[in-house]
Amino acid sequence: MSNFLNDKAVERLRIAEALPEFSGTRYILREFLARGGMGTVYTAEDKTLNRRVAIKILDSSDLHGALEERLLREARVLAKLEHPGIVPVHDAGTLADGRVFYVMKFVEGSRVDQSVASVSSLPERLRLFLRICETVSFAHSRGILHRDLKPANVMVGAFGEVLVMDWGLAKILQSDAPRSSEETIVSTAPHSDTIAVAPATEITSPTQDGMVMGTPGFMSPEQAQGKSSSLDVRTDIFSLGKLLEVMVKPAKNSTAFRIPRVLRAICEKACAENLTDRYGSVSALAADISQYLDGMPVSAHRENLWERTQRFYIRYQAAILLITVYLLMRTLFVFFDRP
Amino acid sequence: MNKIVLGLLVGALLGAIDGGTAWFTPAVRPAIVGIIIGSTFKGLLAGVAAGIFARKVNSVLLGILFGLAVGFVLAFLVALMQHGYYIDIIVPGSIVGGLVGWATQRYGAPAAATAPAR
Repeated sequence: MSNFLNDKAVERLRIAEALPEFSGTRYILREFLARGGMGTVYTAEDKTLNRRVAIKILDSSDLHGALEERLLREARVLAKLEHPGIVPVHDAGTLADGRVFYVMKFVEGSRVDQSVASVSSLPERLRLFLRICETVSFAHSRGILHRDLKPANVMVGAFGEVLVMDWGLAKILQSDAPRSSEETIVSTAPHSDTIAVAPATEITSPTQDGMVMGTPGFMSPEQAQGKSSSLDVRTDIFSLGKLLEVMVKPAKNSTAFRIPRVLRAICEKACAENLTDRYGSVSALAADISQYLDGMPVSAHRENLWERTQRFYIRYQAAILLITVYLLMRTLFVFFDRP
Repeated sequence: MNKIVLGLLVGALLGAIDGGTAWFTPAVRPAIVGIIIGSTFKGLLAGVAAGIFARKVNSVLLGILFGLAVGFVLAFLVALMQHGYYIDIIVPGSIVGGLVGWATQRYGAPAAATAPAR
């Protein structure tokens, strides 16, 4: 065949051949978006509602049903997390060839690290980070760990909306369902830098020690060591700390701002090697960021007298200046009005 | 605290203190009580104006500028009535207005939202 067709044409034919068949559904496939460990994401048109959607489809038909179960479980995790910061799932189903898919909102925007590169204000970047914290905190309140928080998995929409994406490695800590209390969805991330190394038996629902799931550079030490049983909300806090480091890092050759010492201390506390040294909850981390933004002391940094004075001055700068001018004027009047 | 009530209280307190500083000017010391009462009233007016402004505009800088302007106008009117001491009255009066504007923006609570009618 390659004698008659060039490589590009062959590749196009391969892609066309691999495209899932959506006849009989309300969706018209548009274009390839991303590929993950076991699924591919496409954009599609919802004929009924006349809107663009994203569809994640299992790469191949699954004889044992385990991959199907994983993909459906990921869809269920997303469906369970109804929050403005989490991409909503609209539909799920099975194609004629047996492949499972689920339909979600199509998100237009950019990765958070690309988005903050154009933001020169540090407080603005931190407020963006606080919105990520809100979403993750919500997921934790529903008993779900993300386990793969990184810049590639946080999108900022055209109107500044923040969306935490790719819950493919999510872990359910407390399940409402009567099944295992520790379900795991493994290796569905559409980004190639995510690793999911596990024994052949990883398909089973409960998380097993020895599995390494996450992204190097963002996963916590306990995640990297495959200690699945010791994972809790502090695992996501570690990743959030790493994400914060990325988000507050000034652009190359930029002199817009330097990372303040207090903020570095917050990052260090969130990314502490030891679980017990980290923040106990995402809301505690967010509280420290809010305190920093309000010019208040933070739990991660014990400030000296000079730093305290500086912070006090910055916080009450306007009032201090006005009072100083007032006192100065009054003093001058007292001396000049003397007979 | 409600922005207008806060403006009222801070304005009255700072106005009274501002009036009290007239004690350091021996020439006007005999009229100190009247000055304190007048200055407190001036502070009250500036406070209410700054409070109303803070309910409509959420900006510390604009709040200070508005307070300075209101303080300036009120102090200028007082100085006109006194036929003198223009700088002694206008400069501190404007600064007091600025401080009240800052306080209402910084510490005033927004008005409670009303429930939608059914």
